[in-house]
Amino acid sequence: MEKMKNRWIALYVENQVGVLAKVSGLFSAKSYNLQTLTVGTTEHEDVSRMTISVKADDVTFEQIKKQLNAMVEVIKVIDLTTIPIHMKEILYATVSDLDVTGKTEAFQIAEVFDRGGSVKICDIGGDMVLFECTLTENKNNELISLLKSRFKKVQIVRGGAVAVEAISRSNR
Amino acid sequence: MALNITGRKLFVKALKEEGVDTIFAYPGGMITDIVDELYKTEGIRVILGRHEQALVHEAEGYARATGKTAVVLVTSGPGATNTITGIADAYYDSIPMVIFTGQVPLHLIGNDAFQEVDIVGMTRSITKFGVTVRNREDMGRLIKMGFQVASTGKPGPVLIDIPKDIQVTSGSPDYPDHVDIRGYHPNENVHIGQLKKAFRLLKTAKRPLILAGGGVRISGAQKELLDFATKMNVPVTTTVMGKGVMPEDSPLYIGNCGMHGRYAANKAVTECDVLFSIGTRFNDRITGDLEKFAPKAQIVHVDIASASISRNVVVDVPVTADAKIALERLVEYAEEMDTGKWMDIIKRWESEHPLTMPVPKVGVCPQTICEAINMVFPNANIVTDVGQHQMWASQFIKVNKGQEFITSGGLGTMGFGFPAAIGAAVGNPKKPVVLITGDGGFQMNMQEMATAMTEKIPVVICIFNNSNLGMVRQMQQLFYGKRYEITNLAAEDGSYYPDFLKWAEGYDCQGIRVTNPADVVPALKKAKANKEGPTVIDFIVSPDDLVLPMVKSGTPLSDMILK
Repeated sequence: MEKMKNRWIALYVENQVGVLAKVSGLFSAKSYNLQTLTVGTTEHEDVSRMTISVKADDVTFEQIKKQLNAMVEVIKVIDLTTIPIHMKEILYATVSDLDVTGKTEAFQIAEVFDRGGSVKICDIGGDMVLFECTLTENKNNELISLLKSRFKKVQIVRGGAVAVEAISRSNR
Repeated sequence: MALNITGRKLFVKALKEEGVDTIFAYPGGMITDIVDELYKTEGIRVILGRHEQALVHEAEGYARATGKTAVVLVTSGPGATNTITGIADAYYDSIPMVIFTGQVPLHLIGNDAFQEVDIVGMTRSITKFGVTVRNREDMGRLIKMGFQVASTGKPGPVLIDIPKDIQVTSGSPDYPDHVDIRGYHPNENVHIGQLKKAFRLLKTAKRPLILAGGGVRISGAQKELLDFATKMNVPVTTTVMGKGVMPEDSPLYIGNCGMHGRYAANKAVTECDVLFSIGTRFNDRITGDLEKFAPKAQIVHVDIASASISRNVVVDVPVTADAKIALERLVEYAEEMDTGKWMDIIKRWESEHPLTMPVPKVGVCPQTICEAINMVFPNANIVTDVGQHQMWASQFIKVNKGQEFITSGGLGTMGFGFPAAIGAAVGNPKKPVVLITGDGGFQMNMQEMATAMTEKIPVVICIFNNSNLGMVRQMQQLFYGKRYEITNLAAEDGSYYPDFLKWAEGYDCQGIRVTNPADVVPALKKAKANKEGPTVIDFIVSPDDLVLPMVKSGTPLSDMILK
């Protein structure tokens, strides 16, 4: 068995009733390991774009792309795994039951992870702080495991990755 | 500007423009308007089945016998859900079909209204495309799109759900000639470089073998396949769905391979050094244990669906193309190969274990019946149900030019045969239709006798009656210590229900029972003479007859149970 890896696909689909169900249904029907799926409209209101992350080996991943391509409602499939991309995922983490030291540490963590506003404490209460992060999926994973190791009560809300192709060097 | 028309009028207009001559329909509350419109329409034959599942199988038989896209019309709710098995069957065997379902009015959708179901949602994974028409102005475009998608590329069923209010709303009378679908681009070409590579690989073979599947038939490439194989001098084996794409009297044809394939064919797959496969998805019934499938071969795979390639079997040379387009090219390249020694080996295998059944102690031998059908009905379209009889038919029925072998291959739907036979006869009335069925599967859709009688359809119904669910019984006999749980359809005292002759009599249908081998041919001749309606022939066969060879599910093709 080849190695299972995280991979990303972007899909342009018809912005119609049932298309999301059809795409997500493929993953359950064929037992593909769907990690995240985000969807939103594009500059054309009749076209939506999905970013899908899956965990799959090479053969399964090829099959997923082909199956998606075969769908009448799927306009275009882009494999983001092999091309330069920009990718972010929004993450909210509520850390509670904090004493003063804990709060200080939370702020320190936010500062260390921050890259130009990508991580901040956006809200605060008696014994709680709320992290708002726009990092890569992997960086968010790291932050989550750090928070969980340092604090007892951590509540996580993740948005799923959104990715876009990088502007190619020749266009710069 | 042309005057607006109602949705129901546009529906009929669309059928006319698509050249639809027959539809398979069952009425109900949410299609009464369309049904009323059909009352006023000339030139479209409406076949009223007796169950919506059977309607879809009838449509499948029609499509298989004509090559045309079949049309089904049913109501919402149970009318729609009853079609699901048929739709799945059509999906797995790539049958072009458009299913129209009625739906509750738009404002009631989502209310759990009377006879409301989300049929588009329920059939999403077994249709090529499915949609609810939510806007009268979209109706023409969506119907056109349905016919286009169903019949092109790898064909399949499309479901169009039309709410009742859309059917009576006025709108544009236009029905487009063509719809551009930006996400749908069926393969209409072949990558010449890949095809040449595939051809060069074949040329290097010492023991080449062509494996042809149902895709060859769907694309109508029978002649090209025969030309290519003959010019190359390469033997051909087929899948069950491919049966008939190669004339059975060709010396290069070595029979079906797979779970119940011929010994020589399975040996050839196992020993070949290049397997040139066209129009097959390498179903598990064909491959057996995937790890040990064609272990000595480099594999070429020509298929119209790129998603079928390297899914089950990892191939060496993939070619995404319609079988006919690929074979037309291949015929141009063809050069004779020296396969004399290889053919001799295959012939030796065939003579070591020829395909034949032992004469049973009781009842009529299924092989005898099949051979008699070959003799009495040399030009008939042969339709089967699912089970032992189906596999015997796949082994012993000879399908030659101009004949179709119509069977439920992918889904294996018991109850498929009888309605499919009716549909085949409706589609091609000039060709006799012989149904080979089992007593179990036949009972799953036997209500269609009323359809056959009222429509005067002369289907010859050959029931291989062993009073058992034979295929499962066979597994119990071979693999489960003869523990025959729920496979015996007779009562404890041996009485069997129904008595098919008395049952046929209830429909004023001719019925014949055959218990003696000598009566097989006369019975078939008598049935052939009856052109006014169906004939039931109740062939009594032994429950102990086995379909052999058999490759146990999940084991290599070379491990055949032979006796």
